[in-house]
Amino acid sequence: MNARYTPQSRISNRAPTRLRGGPKLLLTSAAFVLLLLVTLPLAAIALRSAPTFWPAVGTYEAGQAIRLTALTSVLALAVIVLLGTPAAWLIARRQIRGWKILDAVLDLPVVLPPSVAGIGLLIAFGRNGLIGAFLNELGIQLAFSTAAVVVAQVFVSAPLYVRAAVIGMRRIDEDMESVAMVEGANAWQIFRFVTLPLSAPALITGGVLAWARALGEFGATILFAGNLVGRTQTMALAIYVEFQNNIDAALALALLLTLTSLFVLIAVRWVARSEP
Amino acid sequence: MSIVPHIAPAKHVALAAAVAWFVTACAPVQTAAPSGSNSALTVFAAASLRSAFTELGANFQKANPGITVGFSFAGSQQLAEQIANGAPADVFASANQAQIGTAAKTGRIDPSAARIFARNRLVVIYPQTNQSRLNRLQDLRTPGIKIVLANKNVPVGAYSLAFLTTASAKSEYGSDFGAAVLSNVVSYEEDVRAVFNKVALGEADAGIVYASDMFAGDSSAVAKIDIPDELNTIANYPIVALNTSANPALAQAFVNYVLSQEAQAVLTKHGFSPALGPP
Repeated sequence: MNARYTPQSRISNRAPTRLRGGPKLLLTSAAFVLLLLVTLPLAAIALRSAPTFWPAVGTYEAGQAIRLTALTSVLALAVIVLLGTPAAWLIARRQIRGWKILDAVLDLPVVLPPSVAGIGLLIAFGRNGLIGAFLNELGIQLAFSTAAVVVAQVFVSAPLYVRAAVIGMRRIDEDMESVAMVEGANAWQIFRFVTLPLSAPALITGGVLAWARALGEFGATILFAGNLVGRTQTMALAIYVEFQNNIDAALALALLLTLTSLFVLIAVRWVARSEP
Repeated sequence: MSIVPHIAPAKHVALAAAVAWFVTACAPVQTAAPSGSNSALTVFAAASLRSAFTELGANFQKANPGITVGFSFAGSQQLAEQIANGAPADVFASANQAQIGTAAKTGRIDPSAARIFARNRLVVIYPQTNQSRLNRLQDLRTPGIKIVLANKNVPVGAYSLAFLTTASAKSEYGSDFGAAVLSNVVSYEEDVRAVFNKVALGEADAGIVYASDMFAGDSSAVAKIDIPDELNTIANYPIVALNTSANPALAQAFVNYVLSQEAQAVLTKHGFSPALGPP
């Protein structure tokens, strides 16, 4: 698990053995079924939404949801990068004792249901919560605020960034950092001029994936931040609420999120390909 | 390190143990038999009916050996949308007439067959700690307090808005009462239990729920302010068997049981007002 990356561990470029006949048909059919399962709902959203997209996206609720989602997801990404990059470095370079624990704990939100995240955030940061009561004394009330949306998004999407950053930083040959140290660079200079540029593609990929995950955050947000148009109702919440109210608006927002996610995945692949 | 690491054979045991732990921990949970078989009944019921219908379901099973009753409790508007889209329900118990209409839009329900089986009143609740010192309805307009309501498409949310409109027409509340209260709303929740729980946790200063919610589960964390009759919107709960039920006779038997005197007594015990007959 902790094997250092070496060039030999790269997947070989040799063309794989060609599969023929029955086995090939079987595997292709399996892949095709999976492909349909993923693409059909998305195609249905696009087809149903196309005729009503522009008027629906122009409704007040949809506009507010888009504005709020853009704002909160960008803020969440900023927090994630600021807090996640140092954490990733500590883990990747095994700088502190207990880095394995840090690593495992930061992965937890990936496998937790978002509803668990939401209820946990509420009873931790709510005004009667574990530390929320203390924050309340200072006049800070997180629950039901736009800040709560950001906190929920950071909670669920930070692991994607940290994970990608750790992998990226581990890939850097540690000799490069040693050389820089011998040349007299201090820790900050090593990080700034060696580690950061070499892991940049991984950091960008992780950041984009985390941002995309924050865009779609639902469960933790509705429990911790509540649902109020313009303040805490993000696109994912608006889709859920408008589904029972104005299905055209729900579909338009769903299409917008789908297209954004598609664009994000293409961008991630493009960044990954340009990796040295 | 990838998210799915290479697993050493010895670790299979640990993984298997983790899965086994989860399965064993969940084993005592009784699962409803799948709908469609003749002995299983699936009832979609408004979130506010949870405790009352759980008891009614147990009674119905006792009276009809071999029958299992499974429930899906959620906001009536969610259930209605699910039924209209083909969800496998046999009976629908809604917290208002409007959602019977929504559920009927694809023809799986005959709206004229719906019968009112219970009534419910609205109450204002606040946490026992009462940080914002509420003691009368007028206090809901105190600037800066945090109020949670159900969303307007949830029956209790629509009833709450009707209460605010009615109150705003009375001089003792003032014509801007509704607007002032709504400006204090911090969240529109997706069902009545979410409203109740956010107040019970003390995260909101007040909420509007049904009187029956004071009887559903633990309500020691909240206190209530009654809404007088002339301002209160009395919620009517209709129940109907779906005409696409795999077992229409059984579905109708459950509906009849809910309308029976025995079931009405159970509903009263859970804070509902008995039905006065067909609407």
